[in-house]
This record gives sequence, C-alpha cells and structure tokens, in this order.
Amino acid sequence: MSTEAEASGVKAGSPGGHVMSGTPTLEARGLVKTFGHVVGLAGVSLKLYPGEVLAIIGDNGAGKSTLIKCLSGALTPDEGEILMDGAKVEFKSPVDARHAGIETVFQTLAVAPALDIASNLYLGREIRDKGPLGKIFRMLDTRGMRAAAKERLQDLGIATIQDMTQKVETLSGGQRQAVAVARAAAFGSKVIILDEPTAALGVRESGQVLALVKRLRGSGLPVILISHNMPQVFEVADRIHIQRLGRAAGVITPHSHTMEEAVAIMTGATTLDGAAEDSTAASGGGGGGGDGSAGADRTGSTGTDSGTAS
Amino acid sequence: MTAVIEPTGEVRESEELGVRLQHTLHRHPTLGPASVLVASIIVFSLINHRFLNPTNLSLLIQQVAVLATLAIGQTMIILTAGIDLSVGAAAILAQMVMAQTAANNGVPGPLALLLGIAVGALTGFTNGFLVTRIKLPPFIVTLGTLSIFTAIGLLYSNGASVYAAAMPKILIWTGNYVNIGPYQLTTGVILMLALFAVTSFALTRTSWGRHVYATGDDAEAARLSGIKTNRVLLSVYVAAGVIFGLAAWILIGRVGVASTNNLTNANLDSITAVVIGGTSLFGGRGAVLGTLFGALIVQVFQSGISLAGVQSLYQVLAEGILVIVAVALDQWIRKVRR
Repeated sequence: MSTEAEASGVKAGSPGGHVMSGTPTLEARGLVKTFGHVVGLAGVSLKLYPGEVLAIIGDNGAGKSTLIKCLSGALTPDEGEILMDGAKVEFKSPVDARHAGIETVFQTLAVAPALDIASNLYLGREIRDKGPLGKIFRMLDTRGMRAAAKERLQDLGIATIQDMTQKVETLSGGQRQAVAVARAAAFGSKVIILDEPTAALGVRESGQVLALVKRLRGSGLPVILISHNMPQVFEVADRIHIQRLGRAAGVITPHSHTMEEAVAIMTGATTLDGAAEDSTAASGGGGGGGDGSAGADRTGSTGTDSGTAS
Repeated sequence: MTAVIEPTGEVRESEELGVRLQHTLHRHPTLGPASVLVASIIVFSLINHRFLNPTNLSLLIQQVAVLATLAIGQTMIILTAGIDLSVGAAAILAQMVMAQTAANNGVPGPLALLLGIAVGALTGFTNGFLVTRIKLPPFIVTLGTLSIFTAIGLLYSNGASVYAAAMPKILIWTGNYVNIGPYQLTTGVILMLALFAVTSFALTRTSWGRHVYATGDDAEAARLSGIKTNRVLLSVYVAAGVIFGLAAWILIGRVGVASTNNLTNANLDSITAVVIGGTSLFGGRGAVLGTLFGALIVQVFQSGISLAGVQSLYQVLAEGILVIVAVALDQWIRKVRR
C-alpha cells in the first residue's frame, strides 16, 4: 500500500547532531486535559533536554496551547505528571511554575499596556527600596528597577528600547514582544516557553526574536517554541514535537525530515513510525497499542482520500 | 495624472502639536484636570473678584471634603475597571452606625467610630466578595448593594437623625476649625488631604499599587504575570470601604447631624469627580491626585457660577458637559500608538 511506503519513508526522528543525554530539564508524562466534552490533551508526553530548542507545531486545536499552559501552570492537567530534572512537580498557578524556573511568554504577551517597561519587566516581583521606606512603607525601588531593566534589555541585544519609563502600549509589536521575551529571559532560570512569539511581527522583527532564541540556547537555557511558521521552526529548532488532535504525533528533527513531511504529519496525511514513542512509554503497551490503531484508522481514511485524488 | 496634494507646513505642524499633546497627556494623566482647574479658577476670579477671597476658597474646600474622600475610594475601584454605585449608601450606613451606637447605645466614642469604619469595610468586603467569588459585574453588584445598604441604613436608624449635641466629641472632631493664615480649614479637610497623600503613595510607590493598575489594565495578563488578581480586587474594595467609613466621619463633622437624608447624590457625583479627574472608566489609567482636581473643578464651577450670579442650573449643565468632554478626551488619549 502506498500509505505504508510513505510511512516507512518517513523515518523516526533521530537526534541530528544534537546530543540529548542525561535527565530532561522538563518532562511531561501522559498529560490529559479536558474542557467539558472537548478533549484538549489526550495523553501527551514530552521531553526537553538542557540547551535545546524544542519546537511544538500542530494545527489549530491540536492542543499546543493547552500543552504549554499545563507546563507553565496556567492550567492544571487532569491526569499525567510533570517532572523537572527528574523530580515530580505540581503547578497550581503560573507563580508555582515561575518559582520552579519556568518562564512563559504567552501569545497574548501578558503585559500591562498602561504600565511602563520597567514596571512590566518586574510585574509580580517588584523590588522594594532597601532603606526604611521600603521596609516600613513598602516603597518600591523604582530607580533601581529601571536601571536593572535597561541592563537586562541591553544584555539581550535589544538596543531599540532606551526609555524604561515608556508605556508599553506606545511600543511597536516587535518591541512589545521583546519586552515580554526579555522578562522571561531575565527571570527564567530553567526553561523558557515562547507561544507564537513571531505571529504578529514583521520579517525584521521576527529575525530579532529568533536571534534572541538562539542567544538563549547559547547561554544553555532550553527553550520551547510554539509556532505556525515552518521556515522559522526549521531554522531554530533542534527537535520538533508535532501535536495532532490532542496527541503527540511524533518528534522529528530538521535534519531527519523536510518541512513538507512535517506538515503532512501535522495534518495527518502521513504518520510517523514510532510516533507513539513517547506516549507508549507513558501509557504502557496496551494503551500504546490502542493509540497506534487509532492512528492507523485515521491514516487509512486519509490514505484513501489521497489515493482517489491521484 | 492625479496631483498629489501635499499637506502644507502649517497643517503638519498643528498635527504634530496634537500628537505631542496627546502623548504628554498620556504620560501625565493629571495634567488635563490640573489645567482645567487652574483655568476655571482664573476665569471665575476674573468674573467676580470675590471668588479668590480666602473665605470663599476655605468654604469651597470644606464643601468638597466629603465628596473628594468618597471619590478616593471610587478612584481605586474604577482603576480596577470596576465601578461602585453604592459609595453614598455605604457611607450613610457607616455614619448611622457611628452616630447611633454612640448616642443611643452608650458605646464609647472611639469604639463607635471604629465600629462605623468596620461597617464601611464590611460593605466593601460584600461588594468585593460578590465581584471576585460570585463573579458578578461590579455595576450589577453595586446597583444591588446600593439598595441593600440604603435599606439597612433606614431600617437600622428608623429614619431618625442624630444631632451633634447627642454625639461624643470625637465624632464631630472632623468639624473643628484649623486656621492657616487667612484660610479656615477643618480637621476633616486635613484628614481628606492626608488620605489623598496616603492612597497616592500606595498606588504609585508600592507593589500593591502596581498590581491594582495591572489588574485594571488587563486582568488576564496580570494573572499570568503571577498577580493574585482576586486578592488585589478584594483588597481594593475593602480599602475603599474603609475610606467610605472615614468619609462618613468627615460628613458628621461637616453637617453636624447624622441623617439618612445626607449624600443623596454622592453615588454618581463621586464618579463624576473621578472621570473629570482623568481616570479612565476602562481601568488601569489615572491617579487619585487627578480625582482631587476633578472634585475641586466641580466645586469651583458650583461656587464660581453662583458668584457670577448665574442660575445654579447652569452649574449642573456645565458639570454634564465636563464629564462628556473628559471621557472623550480619555478616549482620544488612549488611542496613542507608537
């Protein structure tokens, strides 16, 4: 059958050049999250190793956002577990995830437009004045935060923003993104998650954000990048986790697969041998078998479709 | 070929000036109300030189004390993108508890005062609880509690007034005069100004203040930034309730009688002061200092128009126009982009 030929042509992801060793910095095992009758995640596993950029791709409704919301504490999974450096963790709120060292830049950016840049960088973790004013009256060290904010932005190579007292709503889309990413990079000690960081940006601004992602990786911080933009994903990612219909359809690398193949897996036109690699590991043989057959059914039907088309 | 009409230098310049003005007002939201206040004082003093008379100015600030205090609490709530229609009713309830427990139940003055302030805090807690836990819109919650607080106030007091003579000294302390040069203020006015200083500090110089602004600006973004938005909201309503309790105290000193007939227009007037003061009804933008200017502007118009010998209805008319202009200005300022 043509489907089988296609499937075998698409080889399981091998770590192309990138060394994945030791304990994953962040690991998810069999995450399930439902919203009433809607299944957001149907048992998704994921591993993020130190110093890598892991891209998560998938169609709308594939569960990308739900997945990262679980990893960043914005949602609590119904089932499954999250591990950091091999130890189980539980996030009841974004604050918990932050304390564990996971910083997330949400698609909505989660910045307060009416506040200035420095206030946004330190939103939720303001620094108090060292003197008695800070101790007794809880006064903020506004000047100190502004100076530190400027330093952070310069460290990240964001030179276009100079005035830390500028309100965020007066910034361009790219600058706002830079502020949000800078906030994550400045405080993320273990993992940085970026949800569609370039969706609203122009070509030049996107390039700057991608350069920032590479710089973060260079500093040893692993990054999870959610994106729709295949060229960008293939440019920066070390490994690519493909989500489909609330499940992990497989993990590939930019070396093992082409963009077309990635899109085919994403849309279900083909499946990936060993796609259930992660999910079988988590849910055991029986569950994995079930997953596999469900996947085969789906491929069967799409296979017939493509057959009639050709 | 079509000719491209280039804007003349003048047009471009005036456009630029508009944008610059927009940006300046955007950065300094109290600049607008401050200039309106100064301008109106100049105009009314030109119309009638008696306007700047120390007696008139002293009276003006005494008259504004209660409303300005209520408007502080209202500002804090509006900054969170909420609104409180029950401020007057909450203050009246607090006032009746203070006066009645002291005059009729023999509760010592200081304790009666604390009881009244606690009742104010409780009204705020009720509103805050309904907004944060039951997730009802603040408009609906406070529309309901407006009736509830009013009814409880009437039921509790049987509609009876308590006069200054029957009250302990501490409750009417806020009516004591304090002379500063030719100006005659009251301790109530000073308490009001102190409250502005304290809340202004808390809102602009503390983490809590930042969180209030962030919550009002974009609650979801604030939550994702790790701010416990419900806790912030509840704290704002309770703090506002305490301020309404203090406003009740200032009110007793000012009018010398605790009556359920006081403050009938305060619910909406406090919103007027906040809006004229440049705080955005959409939350996250504004300052309590602007509210002080807003309340003063209303009072300056009232005093100035009556001194000009114009029918007082024109004052109401002017107030209405000011509100609409202020909101239109806010909309324009909020359009600032890049």
